[in-house]
Amino acid sequence: MKAACWMGRNTVEVHEVPDPRILNARDAVVRITSTAICGSDLHLYDGYVPTMKKGDILGHEFMGEVVEVGPQVSTLKVGDRVVVPFPIACGNCGSCANGMYSVCENSNPNAGMAEKLMGHSPSGIFGYSHMLGGYPGGQAQYARVPFADVGPIKIEDDLPDEKVLFLSDILPTGWMGAEMCDIKPGDTIAVWGAGPVGQFAVASAYLMGAERVIAIDRFPYRLRKAAQAGAQTLDYEEVNVLEALREMTAGRGPDACIDAVGMEAHHPVAAVHAYDRTRQAARMETERPHALREAIMACRNGGTVSVVGVYGGLLDKFPMGALMNRSLTLKAGQCHVQRYTRPLLERIRNGDIDPSFVISHRMRLEDAPRGYEMFKNKQDECNKIVLSAV
Amino acid sequence: MSQERDRATDRLARMLGLVSMGLGVAQVAAPGAVSRLGGVDGSPRARALMPLAGARELLHAALLLGGRRPADRVWTRVAGDAMDLAALGRAVSGTQGDRRRRVMAATAVVLAVTALDVYTAARAARRRSRPGSPEVEQVARRGMNLHAAVTVNRPRREVYRRWRDVENLPGFMAHLESVSTTADGRSHWRARGPAGTAVTWNAKVVEDRPDELISWKSAGGVVGVTGSVRFADAPGGRGTEIHVDLSYRLPTGRAGLLLARLTGEHPEQQVRDDLRRFKQVMETGEVVRSEGSPEGTRALRQARQRPARPVPPVRSSVRASVRSAH
Ligand SMILES: NC(=O)c1ccc[n+]([C@@H]2O[C@H](COP(=O)([O-])OP(=O)(O)OC[C@H]3O[C@@H](n4cnc5c(N)ncnc54)[C@H](O)[C@@H]3O)[C@@H](O)[C@H]2O)c1
Ligand SMILES: [Zn+2]
Ligand SMILES: [Zn+2]
Repeated sequence: MKAACWMGRNTVEVHEVPDPRILNARDAVVRITSTAICGSDLHLYDGYVPTMKKGDILGHEFMGEVVEVGPQVSTLKVGDRVVVPFPIACGNCGSCANGMYSVCENSNPNAGMAEKLMGHSPSGIFGYSHMLGGYPGGQAQYARVPFADVGPIKIEDDLPDEKVLFLSDILPTGWMGAEMCDIKPGDTIAVWGAGPVGQFAVASAYLMGAERVIAIDRFPYRLRKAAQAGAQTLDYEEVNVLEALREMTAGRGPDACIDAVGMEAHHPVAAVHAYDRTRQAARMETERPHALREAIMACRNGGTVSVVGVYGGLLDKFPMGALMNRSLTLKAGQCHVQRYTRPLLERIRNGDIDPSFVISHRMRLEDAPRGYEMFKNKQDECNKIVLSAV
Repeated sequence: MSQERDRATDRLARMLGLVSMGLGVAQVAAPGAVSRLGGVDGSPRARALMPLAGARELLHAALLLGGRRPADRVWTRVAGDAMDLAALGRAVSGTQGDRRRRVMAATAVVLAVTALDVYTAARAARRRSRPGSPEVEQVARRGMNLHAAVTVNRPRREVYRRWRDVENLPGFMAHLESVSTTADGRSHWRARGPAGTAVTWNAKVVEDRPDELISWKSAGGVVGVTGSVRFADAPGGRGTEIHVDLSYRLPTGRAGLLLARLTGEHPEQQVRDDLRRFKQVMETGEVVRSEGSPEGTRALRQARQRPARPVPPVRSSVRASVRSAH
């Protein structure tokens, strides 16, 4: 089969590789129809996630048709159409039992590697480094799906791929980002990063009853998408974000702040950007946490900072004093996708949300290398790329 | 024969100690003369440092002449040689004529002595790692005590039962090939060694408190293993806590080394991996595999991952037929 492979920093190549096969009784093999490139993939592409190996198959947002099931999978049959959540979760461990699927205790065979960096191991993730399992990803024609009786959600009606594909990751992620804000009537929510995750966080926050959502980014076309979802927008290259938020909330600060940017934030002041860039290159910190720092400083006293942007290791100049002295709450996590797929599919069905609005480009799997380049450099107003694998 | 060789190594080391003593005394008592001899008398800095270098030589001498196995300390001289050579190297570039010749001669002497030091240190290192050497003996006597724990989200009685049936153990203990029980309640264990070898031993259960504790002890065979596993309810319905304690008394000689290698570089990690796989089997019904780690959790494999792409097929029957139907 064909698959998009990570071949080193800034290099993705489409290779012919062996077809996947069942390794465990609870596996299924899925023939992939649609798959997407995620902001998380850019962290791999840019070389900031440790333990990638040359030749690894990328991709964790995919859907398709079941073509083979292991003997222990009774919930799926050949021919079923499924969307596959990006965290791999067993459904049986203590974490899964509590709905914390992205910290499943069993799905990472390389847990020892992750423990060295993080203390304990999160779940395995498709196509997302060896520290997180060494699982091939879904930017391919086929993928083996472990614990196929737990993760994949069946799509039984004729909703097109592009309306349901994002159940695999970014729609639940934006939703969880908003959910962690514990939104109450009258709340103002500020969202850093108006990428697809940020756009879904905006839409979700409104569905949860936010009074007002403010999106922060520097790309006008992305801010326009956030505005379509109802947000007021701030271009951080035009205004001082902290002052603007203070002004917009009459001095209080947003009730909750969502970081939908992650480890590769950009800073408008070249010197500050260069400082973190250098420390990151020298591996003295692994993150450039400008958005997170700003979110903490902006948040109102007693408010919540919700982090869905991905971080990999250590960061520097973290405003712990603000967090502690101002009674802030910090919540974070890879999305527990399996928890949200069913209710969100319901909302797609009843028209509350049509996730396809984030798509800007449709390409073939073979074009993945060009897709990564465009998405990374925000060329041609690139917002979200869907690859067709058929 | 090797004992004679060991004594020769120590004699060599003592001789080097005497050299250090002589040189050290001279450097401290007559720094000017030694500086002239070494051709570094033109540099006030070198002259000032000479008594210090002497003190260092006396330290080497004390270390080498004072110990029972002086050869083990020769590496301290190797380090000193490096410092001397560096100083002489600096001196060569700053001198000419007769003085330069004297520096070169001194360098030649130090190089010769360095070669002897390195040779002696290497002999001592080889002696330390030989089977039967005091170092290896000590590891064997001390044995290895390992502890690891895990929480399994299953009822205590079920977890206990799975473990009590020792024939289940190879299902999650990676280095075990098989465990079979015999009629008298003993069990026969067989583990994979490096390069296709096998290590076997017998064990018997010495204590068995249902749902609480199993402890066992090896009987016969080269390996001395005592182990226990305790089962306790995790608080608040979190399943069962399992604590494993193992101690290995390694036999001396070849078998011991074989076993030490068998248990790998991080035996703690291996026991933890075993427990992780036990948890997987208990909770999910199988050992979890990925394409990067097709055998499932194993410390060795984590260090040397396959790329995350499908493992080439052994047979491709099933899906090939399904796919052709599309
Ligand atoms: N937690 C999860 O489960 C999960 C799931 C998917 C994605 N993610 C993460 O969410 C983040 C966003 O994903 P995406 O797909 O939208 O990525 P993206 O790269 O398309 O979007 C990131 C946006 O952040 C903006 N940005 C950069 N620096 C900024 C700053 N200082 N202030 C404000 N905005 C800034 C960029 O201009 C860009 O528009 C990534 O870190 C991704 O890894 C997390
Ligand atoms: Zn993603
Ligand atoms: Zn789990």
